[in-house]
Amino acid sequence: MRSTLSRKVWDAHVVGGGEGRALLFVDLHLVHEVTSPQAFEGLRLAGRVVRRADLTVATMDHNVPTMEGPVADPLARAQLEALRRNCEEFGVRLFATGSGREGIVHVIGPELGVTQPGMTIVCGDSHTSTHGAFGALAFGVGTSEVEHVLATQTLPQALPRTMRVVFSGELPFGLTAKDMVLGAIGRLGVAGGVGHVLEYAGPAVEALSMEGRMTVCNMSIEAGARAGLVAPDETTFAYLEGRPAAPSGVAWEQALERWRALRSDPGAAFDAEVEVDVAALKPQVTWGTNPGMVAAVDGVVPDPSEFAEGEREAVERALRYMDLAPGTPLVEVRIDRVFIGSCTNARIEDLRAAARVVDGRRVAEGVRAIVVPGSARVKAQAEEEGLREVFERAGFEWRRAGCSMCLGMNPDVLAPGERCASTSNRNFEGRQGAGGRTHLVSPAMAAAAAVEGHFTDVRELVRS
Amino acid sequence: MRALPFVEGRVAVLDRPDVDTDQIIPKQFLKRIERSGYGRFLFYDWMKDESFELRRPQAQGASILLAGRNFGCGSSREHAAWALEDYGFRAVLAPSFGDIFRSNAVKSGLAPVAVSADELARVRAAVEEQNELVVDLERLELRHPSGLCVPFELDAYDQETLVHGLDDIARTLAREHEIAAYEKAHPARFDTRTLA
Repeated sequence: MRSTLSRKVWDAHVVGGGEGRALLFVDLHLVHEVTSPQAFEGLRLAGRVVRRADLTVATMDHNVPTMEGPVADPLARAQLEALRRNCEEFGVRLFATGSGREGIVHVIGPELGVTQPGMTIVCGDSHTSTHGAFGALAFGVGTSEVEHVLATQTLPQALPRTMRVVFSGELPFGLTAKDMVLGAIGRLGVAGGVGHVLEYAGPAVEALSMEGRMTVCNMSIEAGARAGLVAPDETTFAYLEGRPAAPSGVAWEQALERWRALRSDPGAAFDAEVEVDVAALKPQVTWGTNPGMVAAVDGVVPDPSEFAEGEREAVERALRYMDLAPGTPLVEVRIDRVFIGSCTNARIEDLRAAARVVDGRRVAEGVRAIVVPGSARVKAQAEEEGLREVFERAGFEWRRAGCSMCLGMNPDVLAPGERCASTSNRNFEGRQGAGGRTHLVSPAMAAAAAVEGHFTDVRELVRS
Repeated sequence: MRALPFVEGRVAVLDRPDVDTDQIIPKQFLKRIERSGYGRFLFYDWMKDESFELRRPQAQGASILLAGRNFGCGSSREHAAWALEDYGFRAVLAPSFGDIFRSNAVKSGLAPVAVSADELARVRAAVEEQNELVVDLERLELRHPSGLCVPFELDAYDQETLVHGLDDIARTLAREHEIAAYEKAHPARFDTRTLA
């Protein structure tokens, strides 16, 4: 029987069957402050314990402030305090603010090496799909499921369908993993992946670094897919070797042998297949209120009349919210804010790519731009490499690690009507602040928008 | 969780595709550590608009929400399901749902009922004539006083959870021997508590 990668990982984790559901064992459970308090409370009320604290790790990310100083918001403070208490009471390892290891949960998992090929990984966060970059089956869960995993280390799950997304061709200079995945979502639509696990394949994916693959897998959920993954290869192994939780010595050699078998068999059948030719891609910019509403930077804001009935009204509503007229060239859309950060694009390579554009330039008059590293480690590394100076010299604000303006749970929010070039993952209405308008772009494109004051093809600023 | 063998009541129509959980419950309400009381924040920003569908007279007192494709996409926040349930909804009918939302709904006593767009249009036409509907979760059908009857599918596990209001965790803990056997055969490769 020829099997897909996701099916192999699935089969290796079935504890038992029943009623159309398999009981799946969870190898790693990541926890953060926002979706866990009710789960821990549920355990307490039922007199239950955390079954496998050794496979659980917590961090503070969603509502931590990124400016120096204490947490001013009393609700955020209470939630962070609750996480600290819960982790103490239930024996869960917590990487708290100030520990030097804190950061966005999907950034620190790979950093620590706890994210490994062939694992099942869950977290009360939809961007858990990020970890699929390592060939893990990783998906977001709700708070009830967080509680379920804390108590049992398993989840009853229905077998998902599979879809292969093949990125063919060679990615042109100046384009990034973000442009690849936005291009794919533009093709699939935000519901195209519902009920599926996506497997990303093809030469353009193989050519990506681990951080690029994380960006692609991160946004699987924006195509509706709960999980997306990439077969592990030498790039994966090189990234993992020497990380704190990675195996070493004989165990490393044994792990490599296991991990090398983690790929879809030739001829394995997928329920669906889609191909994206990356050679034809241009830098992507979203114009609407979901990530599927996306166009090339040299394009224009579309006319609702071009859309099928049923979509038209949604497009009209999106353009009203975004205050954009059909036919407007995207390069003429002016911005007020720039956010470089999030679990999609706040790793060291993302910051380097943005810094390369910013170096020697100034943030445009009237634009406020911030950089929020994905973790304390990324922040420290960027500072060592001199990136902080590059950003600050150009007029960017340099912040502490966290989710920040991706979802605006902390003080980093857009004011009503403000327009933002953002490296995050969601341009939903009000996502970055009520009435705020979000355009999703790559870090290099966000940097280009910051210095020009409007969207621009970054390739005009950086030629080699 | 309460048992939910059927839902009988009025229907509110929110005919928009891709309604994401950020709209259902905006982020500022996710800082609470309680599990109840989210109903008053439901669709917080959209509710400010007088013409918003849920503010219309015919939507008042509804226990069934008729929604568009891919309802509940986006963020995993279970608060979205809690808010709908706390507001008074017991079932959502839509052509499709965000995967995580669908799972959260079941665990929150809110039945996610997938019905094709065509059949949903028939249901909508019927409730516009007479605003009453039964969502029968035991027989897996929608019934309208006009005689309209639309069958739907729900997987057996979710059906049992909803109809009997089962505690999912207790169901799994009853399989302790299976979990223990798996754990014995698959020793952990690291311990997060001792990471440097």
